[in-house]
Amino acid sequence: MKFQENPRPYINPYLGGVLLGIVLFLAYYLTSNGLGASGAVSRVQIALVDLVAPSHVDRVAYFAEKAGGNINALDSGSVFMLLGVFIGGMLSGIANRRLKPETRKGPGITDRERWVFAFIGGAVMGYGARMARGCTSGQALSGGAVLAVGSWVFMFCVFIGGYALAYFVRRLWN
Amino acid sequence: MAPFDVVQIFGKAVGYLIFLLIGMGFGAALEISGFGDSRVLAGQFYFREMRVLKVMFTAIITAMLLIFLFSGLGLMDFEKVWVNTTFLWSQIAGGLIMGAGFIIGGFCPGTSLVSASTLKIDGAFFFLGVFAGVWVFGETVSLFDGFYNSGDMGRFMLPELFGLRTGVTVFLVIIMALIMFYGAEISEKYFGGRKSFAEIGLDPRRHMNFIASGALVLAAAAVMIIGQPGPEEKWNMMGAKERGALEKREVYIHPGELLEIMNDFQLYVRIIDVRDEGDYNAFHIERAVRATFDDMSKPQFVRDLQKTGPGTITVLAGSGEAGSTRAYRILRAQGVSNLYVLSGGMNAWLDVFGIDEKVAKKINARTGDAMRYAFLKSVGSTVTAANPAGKIKIDFERKVKIQKKAAKTGGCG
Repeated sequence: MKFQENPRPYINPYLGGVLLGIVLFLAYYLTSNGLGASGAVSRVQIALVDLVAPSHVDRVAYFAEKAGGNINALDSGSVFMLLGVFIGGMLSGIANRRLKPETRKGPGITDRERWVFAFIGGAVMGYGARMARGCTSGQALSGGAVLAVGSWVFMFCVFIGGYALAYFVRRLWN
Repeated sequence: MAPFDVVQIFGKAVGYLIFLLIGMGFGAALEISGFGDSRVLAGQFYFREMRVLKVMFTAIITAMLLIFLFSGLGLMDFEKVWVNTTFLWSQIAGGLIMGAGFIIGGFCPGTSLVSASTLKIDGAFFFLGVFAGVWVFGETVSLFDGFYNSGDMGRFMLPELFGLRTGVTVFLVIIMALIMFYGAEISEKYFGGRKSFAEIGLDPRRHMNFIASGALVLAAAAVMIIGQPGPEEKWNMMGAKERGALEKREVYIHPGELLEIMNDFQLYVRIIDVRDEGDYNAFHIERAVRATFDDMSKPQFVRDLQKTGPGTITVLAGSGEAGSTRAYRILRAQGVSNLYVLSGGMNAWLDVFGIDEKVAKKINARTGDAMRYAFLKSVGSTVTAANPAGKIKIDFERKVKIQKKAAKTGGCG
């Protein structure tokens, strides 16, 4: 059984960075655009709401822009990129024996607490990502590589926000 | 020439498949780097595990070097590369909020999906949270629309901010990254390994790979020396389609058409007068602004022109057509769209609409691209000829095509 074997260690971070950078360059080379994740999450969310309540999607301007009337919110390369992230992550996880149901957390909290905080953190991050017009990948990584001023400002703000709060939530991780 | 748009070239089926493959590379690169593990990511904020910084900055500088090397060598047209629009205030707020979410939840949106893909339950919960967060944002953004759209600075890049050449900026970013890597190595040993500075030893040679660092600095120096193409070189790199638009005179509009569009209240027409100051002061079209060729190479000037909402048209006017055609090449090469040239220039304008004999007299032109009207006094745009709307009925062929700027959004958009 694969699960019993020890997972392989993560690769050298600089090598990982070079690989990620090459993927990012290929994205720009082939699509004129960088990498991204949160925009596609937003599209999937809008598509689901559109299934249940299409009239609501038409009324909210932010949703209507992507799925108003007959527009399909999922008709975008970014959605397929998001699907690819999932598949690619899983394949790498299988190859490196890291595909295993578990909860990663600091030693001081229970699994259940960790899930609650993960959900809260995700919601906060999703909200912030849309406000900044992009997440860590779409803004910091992609915008950073093409020297966009807003993306660099954004990146430093993410680090500032994280470090500012880190002390107060240290129980979660230490 | 690169960059390509695979969906436009191959259609949606193949194009989206390529997006899927890029996504797979992205997901796999994140996973092998350890970004599917929330403890690794959160460790960044307690200085003990600096993988986030190392991987992110290595990726950024790798992609940056490749992009500007390809652009410098004329293998990629950087004007066509999407550069995230700067909305300063919402990006600052969004960044701070995301930093908070990062340390509370232990992921960012992309990494949580990678984590969930390897069956980590906390990753799945985080991803569901992201889903909820983007939903709530969509429902509430109308409450602070003004703030969301504040600080719009367009395609604003670091070289312009610092007043440096792109290659120099690239070089400085590499140096900054190397210093940060050094700091990260020390930090991991100090906070993570709980060693004293004496045990760690602060000599950079103990912590840095000098071959890799040297290669980076050399690559950055190469980008700096090669430089980035100027407007004229960029024009030469542009395709036959662009040159054809000039040769077939598709972008030369009749004075009658300019008069019509400048008085159409549904359009926003910018007229740029490329003549010298004397000619401009003597007479110009109403609301025309003067610009020199120097201005046209300045990022600030070009950025304003690039900010084209739907229905924005820019028309270049010279004495004849030589100056305005040159301006067209310079601006077009820098990505200004909905751009037109006044056919026959100001001479043709005055030929068509006429001007009071007491103001100007027709003379023989000294050279091809000089005014054929001698002004007895400087009237600016105070005479009827500056905007003779509704005064004369003339026939002309319409050439202006109202097109929206290719609707592109960033990877996250």
